[in-house]
Amino acid sequence: MSRVDAPVTNSGAGRLSPTALVGGILLALTVLASVFAPVLASSDPVKPSYSRRLAPPWGIGGTSAHVVGTDNLGRDILARLLHGGRVSLTLAAISVVIAAAVGIVVGLVAGSGGERVDAFLMRLADVQLALPVIMLAIAIVAVVGTSPAALVGVLALSGWVLYARTVRANVLTIRRLEYVEAAYTLGASDVRIIVRHILPNTLAPILVIGSSQFATMVLLESGLSFLGMGIQAPRPSWGLMLAEGRDYLSNAWWLATAPGIMISLVVLGANLLGDGLRDLLDPRAG
Amino acid sequence: MRAYVLRRLWQSALTLLGVSLLVFVVLRVLPGDPAKMLLPDGAPQSAVDELNRQLGLHEPLHVQYGIFIRSVVRGDFGQSFQYRAPALRVVTERIAATAELALAALILTVAIGVSLGILAAVRRGTRYDYASTFLAVLGQSLPNFWLGIMLILLFGVALRWLPTSGFESWRHIVLPAITLAAFPTALVARLTRSSMLEILGRDYIRTGRAKGLAERSVVLRHALRNAAVPVLTVLGLQIGTLLGGAVITESVFAWPGMGKLVVDAIFFRDFPVVQTVLIFSATIFVGLNLVVDLLYTVIDPRIRYS
Repeated sequence: MSRVDAPVTNSGAGRLSPTALVGGILLALTVLASVFAPVLASSDPVKPSYSRRLAPPWGIGGTSAHVVGTDNLGRDILARLLHGGRVSLTLAAISVVIAAAVGIVVGLVAGSGGERVDAFLMRLADVQLALPVIMLAIAIVAVVGTSPAALVGVLALSGWVLYARTVRANVLTIRRLEYVEAAYTLGASDVRIIVRHILPNTLAPILVIGSSQFATMVLLESGLSFLGMGIQAPRPSWGLMLAEGRDYLSNAWWLATAPGIMISLVVLGANLLGDGLRDLLDPRAG
Repeated sequence: MRAYVLRRLWQSALTLLGVSLLVFVVLRVLPGDPAKMLLPDGAPQSAVDELNRQLGLHEPLHVQYGIFIRSVVRGDFGQSFQYRAPALRVVTERIAATAELALAALILTVAIGVSLGILAAVRRGTRYDYASTFLAVLGQSLPNFWLGIMLILLFGVALRWLPTSGFESWRHIVLPAITLAAFPTALVARLTRSSMLEILGRDYIRTGRAKGLAERSVVLRHALRNAAVPVLTVLGLQIGTLLGGAVITESVFAWPGMGKLVVDAIFFRDFPVVQTVLIFSATIFVGLNLVVDLLYTVIDPRIRYS
């Protein structure tokens, strides 16, 4: 009886790096904290309370009733941070999904449609890249208004190009692979080829792009809100809180510091996770 | 080579034409009643009618677009009603300040980003590598409006070393330039590192070392020159990041450039100025990327496009 060899495993691949894990945990924690904002922070994030304005954080003169202190209208900063997170993270997540969906469709059409369709769509991508996102965004928001729907539209509009280019490149490569040509010869339809062969092979880079784009979307949304063209007062939003805190730098530095830390943590988390996913799923990309 | 240059020129022109169409759609078609939007609130009906006639707003859209393009090509971008002057002049007066800031940030980006990247690659796996990678990840994660405010808090409010707003002396550019440079510096550092690592593993580098070249010459002359191509591409695309970042950085530091101009113009609903800034930024981006593409053929003589 012959000896049976142990199955070949590729250990090493297939495991997320420690830094990526840290990133994932950071992201998960901020998402959870935002989801459970009403439970975690009992104070009202919107209603002013003038008797306790600009209270410092706990440990440097403040009380444990307001761990991160209060703002210029006496509102609990922690409550505003967590509720603001709900708004920012939801907008970013929806925008990432819409941008990915649009980008994937455009990429598929460009890659499998004719040469002229391809040339047209790729020029369109060039146009999108030529305009600084934030400038285009503020112009659109100025025209159509600052509703959350407009914000999502603007954010999604800024994100589709990366997906489209990646999917297109993948379609062009995969279509020339022998087994796909064989499938064509056997009479498989375009739709079948796309669904069975191209999309599964494109999922990895899309995931990588999506997770680092989440960081970009959070930055962009808070940037717009910071400039006064995103979420409007009195709703809590990290960017808006930062802008309001600017006027109190000399006597209440925590107003502008706290929301920046939240944004940085989310963006850091998404970036680390994105890098880890890239190393894991797409080793060639380095 | 000549065919390649001509093709890139043609593509750039097409891109700019697309930009003009997008700007036209956003500022003329989306609002529904552009004449009302293009004029300050409370403008008399006669002014609305006059602008309608001037812009040809009763014409079908494709004719309107033709009129729009013709006036843009002639350099007529409309009147800024906030400044009561041609929008083109209002914008060109601000370009120098933005260029100064972007150039300072670009110098920081290349100097610090490339050095950190080389250091990390040459000392791979040491604490230098980890420290520079950590700095790079941090630089990519801090929102620049927050970084700017924290720099103001530290160097302006607490230490009182540097001015936090305005445009008078070289000291005024330090904080905004650092703020604007943080993100692209981080990107360039990471890219230089990975690009250098790849090149340092090549056979010709081993050959260079084997024949006794000084390590300095191997790294700087043989490796860096080859590693520079992808870095340069990304620098070209980062022009967009710099122009976009300038919008926020200039607002934080009250820097009188194009970015602050466009934000103020939005609040005054000064759309002729917004339109001019958009078209100008896109032109700068497309033009500089064209230059970068043509520079490749100089840096890397192997690239000969047919």
